Amino acid sequence: MSRILIVGEHAQGKLNVSTAKCVNCAKAIPDAQIDVVLLGSELSSVAAQAAALDGVQKVLSVERSENAEPLAAVFAPQIAALAKGYGHVFGPSTTYGKDLMPRVAALLGVSQISDIMAVESATRFRRPVYASNVILTVEAPAGKTVVATVRTASFQPTGSAGKAAIEATKVEAALPTYTRFVSRSQASGDRPDLQTAARVVSGGRALASAENFKLLYRLADALGAAVGASRAAVDAGYAPNELQVGQTGKIIAPELYIALGISGAIQHLTGIKDARTIVAINKDSEAPIFEVADVGLVGDLFALLPELEQAILAAK
Amino acid sequence: MSSPIIVGIKRVIDYSVRVRVKPDGTGVVTDGVKMSINPFDEIALEEALRIKERNLAGEIIAVSIGPSDAQQQLRTALAMGADRAILVQVDQPAEPLTAARVFLKLAQKHSPQLVILGKQAIDDDNGQTAQMLAALWDRPQATFASKLELDGGKARVTREVDVGLETIEVDLPAVVSTDLRLNEPRYVKLPDIMKAKKKPLDVTSLSDLGVEVSATGIRTLKFEAPAARSRGVIVKSVPELIAALKQRGVL
Repeated sequence: MSRILIVGEHAQGKLNVSTAKCVNCAKAIPDAQIDVVLLGSELSSVAAQAAALDGVQKVLSVERSENAEPLAAVFAPQIAALAKGYGHVFGPSTTYGKDLMPRVAALLGVSQISDIMAVESATRFRRPVYASNVILTVEAPAGKTVVATVRTASFQPTGSAGKAAIEATKVEAALPTYTRFVSRSQASGDRPDLQTAARVVSGGRALASAENFKLLYRLADALGAAVGASRAAVDAGYAPNELQVGQTGKIIAPELYIALGISGAIQHLTGIKDARTIVAINKDSEAPIFEVADVGLVGDLFALLPELEQAILAAK
Repeated sequence: MSSPIIVGIKRVIDYSVRVRVKPDGTGVVTDGVKMSINPFDEIALEEALRIKERNLAGEIIAVSIGPSDAQQQLRTALAMGADRAILVQVDQPAEPLTAARVFLKLAQKHSPQLVILGKQAIDDDNGQTAQMLAALWDRPQATFASKLELDGGKARVTREVDVGLETIEVDLPAVVSTDLRLNEPRYVKLPDIMKAKKKPLDVTSLSDLGVEVSATGIRTLKFEAPAARSRGVIVKSVPELIAALKQRGVL
């Protein structure tokens, strides 16, 4: 039996879908017995959501006032204390998990595996390096806790018909006070979250201004899609940072990805490789984006955008 | 304040190179390939230099853990403005946990106010060393930093997180990892390259520092090229595009 602890992610009473994806990754390990740990100040709602995830045995709910904000320095000692008795500790490769899990691993004195994209055995995994241009097969040492982050774009979420037990858990761990939360700004509004959306409309430098970039939002709203951007568009100030898709931004795997005026730099393609269908619209027929697009259309963005919006509204 | 700042400088294949796997799957092709400072590490150094230019830091110490050739990248760091450099020479690439142990030893020796590292190296894409160092050192971490303000014994750091921007306050000393938009690194000028030749560059080893390499690290068994996406169809109009999407069941 492999006992696996998943470090759940949540905000404002909602469990992040990355947790359900981590559970699915853990299920690929033979003989997995999966628990989820949640840390927070008020967890009843998210604990119930985690308990419903298929394949989860038990939800450990660690409620204390110091856990109100997800600070790695505060969470890591608690997770390290709970890790005893588990063979694996997995977290998502979101900014939350990437911040937290290496700190947990170091407290446990073990190496960490980043971005698991496939499970080959309880100790053998595949992971991308060099901006996903190379795939490694790696082997974790036997007899040590395997601490890892799970590449969320590589796994579907597990179902939600489960009935795990919820266990209020106390952890003996000294918590540092040298890190303090100040504020968080959220830009998304009513649109779907880019990281988890089924459809994404993304714009590049060819949009040429922040004003023009708004045309994209209309198309996204017609599709019920999230909005993304290339690094060039973000650097030019057309779109905010958190919309950046690519090696150093978000790595996403939507059902439908529509790239508008994005040439397709390798760093951008890294972020969308796992999308099911990629659509590219670009005036340059030689743009590298067409090498990976399932459906391409060569033409003027500003002429095609309104036509596309109308056609999508009509197709509904 | 006169406390130093330690900056990590990793030698990696230049970001513009299209990396290829060796035919036997034992690694990637490095012969004749352009090598550079990891871009996130250049940002780390730039930030340290700007802090020093505001008279808020003492020496800027650039540290690399790598092969003898990493001296080239350290010379570039010295030309950018680092005061001195340390190469911890290793034959095999160091795992993040080993790298964190090296930075811990150097932090204990030099008592810096900040250790600034890149959020990830663009070769192994691990993104772990800063967080591991913070854990071993029992100090705060501020990862994915896009803004860093020092205020006495504290730092206020804006972090790029999935939902947007998060601001935290940390007591110093602390470990910061850099995101892309923290700053734009300066270019090196020729006179600075000449000056850099006179700056100290010490070569040391893991055993000199008293760092043990874990015998139970993660082993790489195989390198492979990823499955390629194949080129799809080119349509001529919006109605054809809509039809293609309907046919694929995504609309």
